[in-house]
Amino acid sequence: MIAQLTIQERQSALMILGGLALAGLALAVAGGQDLLAAHGWLTVVCALAGLFYVISGYFEPEPSPERLARYYDEPTKAGVVIAMIWAIAGLFVGDWVAWQLVFPDLAFEGAWSSFGRLRPIHTSGVIFGFGGNALIATSFHVMQRATRARLPDQITPWFVLLGYNLFCVIAATGYLMGVTQSKEYAEPEWYADIWLAIVWVTYFLLFLRTLARRQEPHIYVANWYYMAFILLVAVLHVVNNLAVPISFGSAKSYSVFSGVQDAMTQWWYGHNAVAFFLTAGFLGMLYYFLPVRAGRPIYSYRMSIISFWGITFMYMWAGSHHLHFTALPQWVQTLGMTFSVMLLVPSWASASNALMTLNGAWTKVRDDATLRFMTVAAIFYGISTFEGSFMAIRAVNSLSHYTDWTIGHVHAGALGWVAMITFGSIYALVPKLWNLDTMYSGRLVELHFWLALSGTLVYVFAMWNSGIIQGLMWRSYTEAGTLSYSFIDSLVAMHPYYIARAVGGLLFLLGALVGFYNIVMTIRTASAAQDESDAPVLGAAVQAGE
Amino acid sequence: MSFDHDSVVAFAKSFGLFYLLALSACVLVYVYWPSNRPRFDKAAKTILEGEDRPWR
Repeated sequence: MIAQLTIQERQSALMILGGLALAGLALAVAGGQDLLAAHGWLTVVCALAGLFYVISGYFEPEPSPERLARYYDEPTKAGVVIAMIWAIAGLFVGDWVAWQLVFPDLAFEGAWSSFGRLRPIHTSGVIFGFGGNALIATSFHVMQRATRARLPDQITPWFVLLGYNLFCVIAATGYLMGVTQSKEYAEPEWYADIWLAIVWVTYFLLFLRTLARRQEPHIYVANWYYMAFILLVAVLHVVNNLAVPISFGSAKSYSVFSGVQDAMTQWWYGHNAVAFFLTAGFLGMLYYFLPVRAGRPIYSYRMSIISFWGITFMYMWAGSHHLHFTALPQWVQTLGMTFSVMLLVPSWASASNALMTLNGAWTKVRDDATLRFMTVAAIFYGISTFEGSFMAIRAVNSLSHYTDWTIGHVHAGALGWVAMITFGSIYALVPKLWNLDTMYSGRLVELHFWLALSGTLVYVFAMWNSGIIQGLMWRSYTEAGTLSYSFIDSLVAMHPYYIARAVGGLLFLLGALVGFYNIVMTIRTASAAQDESDAPVLGAAVQAGE
Repeated sequence: MSFDHDSVVAFAKSFGLFYLLALSACVLVYVYWPSNRPRFDKAAKTILEGEDRPWR
């Protein structure tokens, strides 16, 4: 990897890593006995490992100028593999906590392994670890291909990818130790947030610098989605994480917002994390990889632009539907509800655009599991956006809120849409990146597809049943006007569904393991093929001597 | 203008509505402007071209 960097880039890498080591040391010293110090030392160790790695390759020959005639795909390759590792870790922890809900003893009485600490590892692991790395990796690929411009340099993409993963590791280890600011999907504390802000702004500038190198003035719609994802995640992250640490030597901080304003800011962030992290970026994947894999242009390019602006401007207002029946002013709740319902228009425009693109290519969908992953993703995108709009309506929300229905909805989106489009894109991307025609095993892609689909269906149906039963039990009254069921009654009723959910999650995890094995074997096949082509063919050598 | 609750609400309810209407109009005009059509068609097709090298 170091051989790909020019001498100046190797020097900047040393400076960045040196600066990072010093920043980590400062946190470690300032932290003293606080948990902050653990993260300081972790940063120092990562930075020193990086320094040794760069120094070990420092005197390798510089890359040839020929490289500039090719796209820079090494960070994409690394990102795909890292994303799959996070997928397995995040899904494993998710299934573990699902089994904890069935058998509470599975926490083994450890503080670190309690539900409250493991759950954010699951959510951050799959959303930021798996989803984020997949988005970064595919965005590097798509931004180069759709603009026909090479990445402007070779150090920035590595800074973004590895810096982002340092954030993910700090987040996950923090949860294990109990470091959290208790904001859903924004749990990491102030120092991790500052680091992510630096990485993310660099990511945005990298995107702009690549765009600036393009020749064709029009920017393909997938790149609009990726850009909206990067820009708005930066805005959301900075605003929601405005906080004051109790001292520079403490991991603990307090939000600058208070009361209902804090709740509103959090859910403005939280729902837009769904909008711009889990939707806009993945729509970028959909609008690039689905047409390419199907070999057909997108059905309506105009509709893709209308849905882009619809999604971008309506999602911003939808967050308050998370706070129905709270202290939030009624009109703000109604505003969120209205915008959530309107969002169905651009969401279904995207989903139907994807499916209409496949019209005429259904034989490919039948034969090609990779394209089928993307097709099912578009269908689940349609289903879960309809469900989301529906659940945002106040009357429906009175039944669904605080129940497992919400969990079912989230997983219809996360497993059915986000993970499916990601796996489809990765299977389309991996052979291209490693110069092969196909994956190592088409049958394993097929197996992964069916494991993922059956896992998703089992999971979602279990949670729909469980959630609606919960909702109905909580609002049942006796003739005397008292509640018919205690909370524990509803908990007992959930038990069979919790087992089904954990089984569904297990199927999905098995699918990801199969996918990871297939990807590793594809990479090994590619490097074996490269070794072979680099050696003389014995028979030919004898003939030449004759 | 003071930033009390009522004035923020009045602003959001008045300006917010017209700004979204104006924005939708701009997007629709851009999308359906006849001379933009070839550009959109070209964009939709170029990603399918197999050439796998940057232009410079």
